[in-house]
Amino acid sequence: MAQILIVDDSASMRNMVTATLQSAGHDVQNAGDGQAALTIAKSANFDAVVTDLNMPIMDGIELVKNLRALPTYKYTPILLLTTESSADKKTQGKQAGATGWLVKPFNPDKLLATVARVLN
Amino acid sequence: MAIDLEQFYEVFFEESLEGLDAMEQGLLAVSSADEADPEDINTIFRAAHSIKGGSSTFGFTAIAEFTHVLETLLDEARDGTRTLDTGAIDLLLQSSDCLRAMINALQAGNAIDTSASAPLVAAFEIMLASPNNSNDNTSVPAGPSKPATTSELSSNTHLDIVAASVDNLLSDGGDSNIDYPDDSGSTQWRISFKPEAQILLSGNEPLRLFRELAAMGELRTEANISNIPAFDQLTCDECYISWTLWLTADVSREDILEVFDWVIDECMLTIDLANTETVEQEKFVPLAAERSQPPAPEQPKPAAVPTAAPEKAIAAKKASESTAGSASIRVGIDKVDSLINLIGELVITQSMLSELGSNFDMDKLERLNSGLEQLQQNTRELQESVMRIRMLPISFAFNRFPRMIRDLSAQIGKKVELKLSGENTELDKTVMEQISDPMVHLVRNAIDHGMELPEKRLAAGKSETGTICLNAFHRGGSIVIEIIDDGNGLDAQLLYNKAVEKGIITAATELTEQEIFALIFAPGFSTAAVVSDISGRGVGMDVVRRNISALGGRIEIESKLGRGSTFRIHLPLTLAILDGQLVRVGSQVYVVPLVGIVESLQIKKELVNKVSGNMTLYRLREDNVPIIPIHQEFAIEADNTRLEDGLLVVVEGEGQKIGLLVDDLLSQQQVVIKSLKSNYKNIDGISGATILGDGSVSMILDIPGLIRRVSDRKSKQKKPAAQHHAA
Amino acid sequence: MDIQELAKTVPVEGEITLDGLDFISNGEEYLTFGLGEEHYGVDILCVNEIRSWELPTLIPNSPEYIKGVINIRGSIIPIIDLRIRFDVGEATYTESTVVIVLTIDSPELKRMMGFVVDAVSDVLNAQSSEITKAPLFGGIIPAEMIEGLINVGSNVVTILAIEQLLALEEDTDD
Repeated sequence: MAQILIVDDSASMRNMVTATLQSAGHDVQNAGDGQAALTIAKSANFDAVVTDLNMPIMDGIELVKNLRALPTYKYTPILLLTTESSADKKTQGKQAGATGWLVKPFNPDKLLATVARVLN
Repeated sequence: MAIDLEQFYEVFFEESLEGLDAMEQGLLAVSSADEADPEDINTIFRAAHSIKGGSSTFGFTAIAEFTHVLETLLDEARDGTRTLDTGAIDLLLQSSDCLRAMINALQAGNAIDTSASAPLVAAFEIMLASPNNSNDNTSVPAGPSKPATTSELSSNTHLDIVAASVDNLLSDGGDSNIDYPDDSGSTQWRISFKPEAQILLSGNEPLRLFRELAAMGELRTEANISNIPAFDQLTCDECYISWTLWLTADVSREDILEVFDWVIDECMLTIDLANTETVEQEKFVPLAAERSQPPAPEQPKPAAVPTAAPEKAIAAKKASESTAGSASIRVGIDKVDSLINLIGELVITQSMLSELGSNFDMDKLERLNSGLEQLQQNTRELQESVMRIRMLPISFAFNRFPRMIRDLSAQIGKKVELKLSGENTELDKTVMEQISDPMVHLVRNAIDHGMELPEKRLAAGKSETGTICLNAFHRGGSIVIEIIDDGNGLDAQLLYNKAVEKGIITAATELTEQEIFALIFAPGFSTAAVVSDISGRGVGMDVVRRNISALGGRIEIESKLGRGSTFRIHLPLTLAILDGQLVRVGSQVYVVPLVGIVESLQIKKELVNKVSGNMTLYRLREDNVPIIPIHQEFAIEADNTRLEDGLLVVVEGEGQKIGLLVDDLLSQQQVVIKSLKSNYKNIDGISGATILGDGSVSMILDIPGLIRRVSDRKSKQKKPAAQHHAA
Repeated sequence: MDIQELAKTVPVEGEITLDGLDFISNGEEYLTFGLGEEHYGVDILCVNEIRSWELPTLIPNSPEYIKGVINIRGSIIPIIDLRIRFDVGEATYTESTVVIVLTIDSPELKRMMGFVVDAVSDVLNAQSSEITKAPLFGGIIPAEMIEGLINVGSNVVTILAIEQLLALEEDTDD
């Protein structure tokens, strides 16, 4: 169905999110940090990006800013994985150009529902 | 489709353990630095954060709750409102131990014991309640932060009634005041939605929002296109349309608000009951003043990360691997590529030989020979390359020492500094796993027995803080690991007396300094009056030496009284292949590991001496070396059973020498070690077998084993009286 | 001269494999062999191959019936002389002396061993009902190694229990 990029420095989260999205028929690629994600994003055309905030090398906010600077990702839905306690991160994320967020912890169904919101 | 989360648990456990290693390393780095490196703080924070995120996602609430407290403290450290002092670092280190135990418990399928974490949580809460030296003086004691919900977020926006814009909206909305008959059971809502021009640039699409609303019930939309500028001023990435929506659905206001939760500050939104005439006074005005312009395209930041941090993380990842003895190994892709290249060359050689083989005639003999030489080269390179795959840098084994030394020196009141060098020296993964515990024992020993108390050191003119160096390097076909301390060194006289006292040697025995030092490896030997808790717990030095021998290595000691000691471990680079000397005894060919061979010589009759109880000794310079006829030892036939003109292979193991009487010295070659255990069992005196070039099996001698066998026999012979009594 | 073709014509020493033998599905099949005047049999599914005798490498300080180890395709396989083990017949080594290589692959034990026998006989097809219990007394062979006896004409074939046959003393240590 859709091509989605998952970015999270935790392998278990990547696995879970990837498996969940794949089960709904999506094509998933993933990266462990913002820098790697940016590289992958440049070489493909994703329909949506789901990214964690706290990552080494390049964090989620930076990644959003850098993605928005790419012409192909001007309007691409970008979702941030946030925790309930990071209200300011949501604001920062929006200011950086993020589309929305998904609050951790989330279960697979919530993930699928949220991703469905941003896909055409 | 329901996803079973259990399939992700194991990865979560592994990465959490790695994260804890990274956390520990980061904490140690922060504690030893004058000023904490922000990257270290970030690494520590991320580790805790990841564990918290994963544990709550996968339902491990005990871990999630515990980690939450850590994260709160670390968050303060991250934003500068708290500096991590020794107390905080100790608490965090203890917590990481506690988390490790919890994760191990989960991995093993046991229940988590919260009795260890509860007091730590209490300690954190106390710490969090008292602000400490912060850079920003507006710090407020922050308890564990409370979750903020999206509705909280939106309700924090200003509830400004901007009459003018309301009028604007109403008049431009056109038919917005039309009432529609509502269905029974559901409510009719009227929504006016005026997105900001840049809404599309955040990836939000009004159409999708309407789709969500339409899924709730019946939706009717009306667009207001009056704000669309003239065509030549139109920019296609801006939204100039606003809408009025009528939704008939069995939903609450909050349900509708939720649909707009991401865009709440990028639009003007009103949600009213459709049959109300006036607009409700609540309105959501975008935080236009605070909202910054969409970020100008920035140059992607170069990955200017201090290389220390990722390396530490990588090293930490690998540390957990080596100590866990896992059945898998991470291999650098360069090693895999090298292997692929060599296989390619092998294939070329093979097809060349194959071609020579069809239509062969004697003219081609030389080409055949050079092809076979090529094959030999390819095989050797391939062998080296494959063995390299099993090799990891010794840093994995070294990594446990900073923490250990910190804890240990604090525990016994000595000041010890650790210096590491040669961390990148590579060795076989299994060898490293098995040398780790002996190394720990040697380091503990060095600190416990070798290192003086600070006062003593000062009195002796040394620096108060002692130094332990761990050093590793390659020499020949081996890896050498040195544990060097600048403590009080070994007292040969003391050791000698102790050994006599323990009956290990007699008072008349003459020993070289090296041999005296080697006494500390004798079973039952311990110079501490009270076996100290740290190093004496049943793991003696004899086990250390035995473990090293079992790996095909050896250990030597250098020491200067008052100055310090060096323990030097030699280990083979691989356990699969051995450099051996082939010897023949009768019809049998044996392999003697080269690492154990001192020298081979022709026996000179005058240097042979018979000593009490069937021991035949050979005088080799100042040593008396027991002669062991292999044919007797193994009950086989030999060509030469006399000692005169015999061939003696002098070997050494565990500090002792013996001479093996053989018939013939054959070639020296590398042999592949094959275990006898797969189809048979271990044999005394034999460490394995190999298949020679002619397809026959050859036994590999276990030199330390043979030496032990002989010395056991010697000690039994020394006490003939006791034997008679032992009925 | 094609070396590859030439190589194919060189007989491989003493190797006879059981590939190509049809296995009849009803009942069990046993490979029978002779030790001295006596007849023995083993479950044919455990027979890996039959080789001619070759001089093995000696194992130091091993019992007399363990002749040593040989190399079979890279594995080190111990060779046991059943004639010595069971004290039957004469342990001579001629061109017709044969080694039966047996394997066992169970969760408790995975092992391959070779057994020296005088000669290999026919494949015996028998139902498990035909196996009678061996008398507990009188024989040298440990009772646990015998699965039972089968009457074949006027002869008696002793069926050996593979797991016990391939066991070593260590395996029974607790």
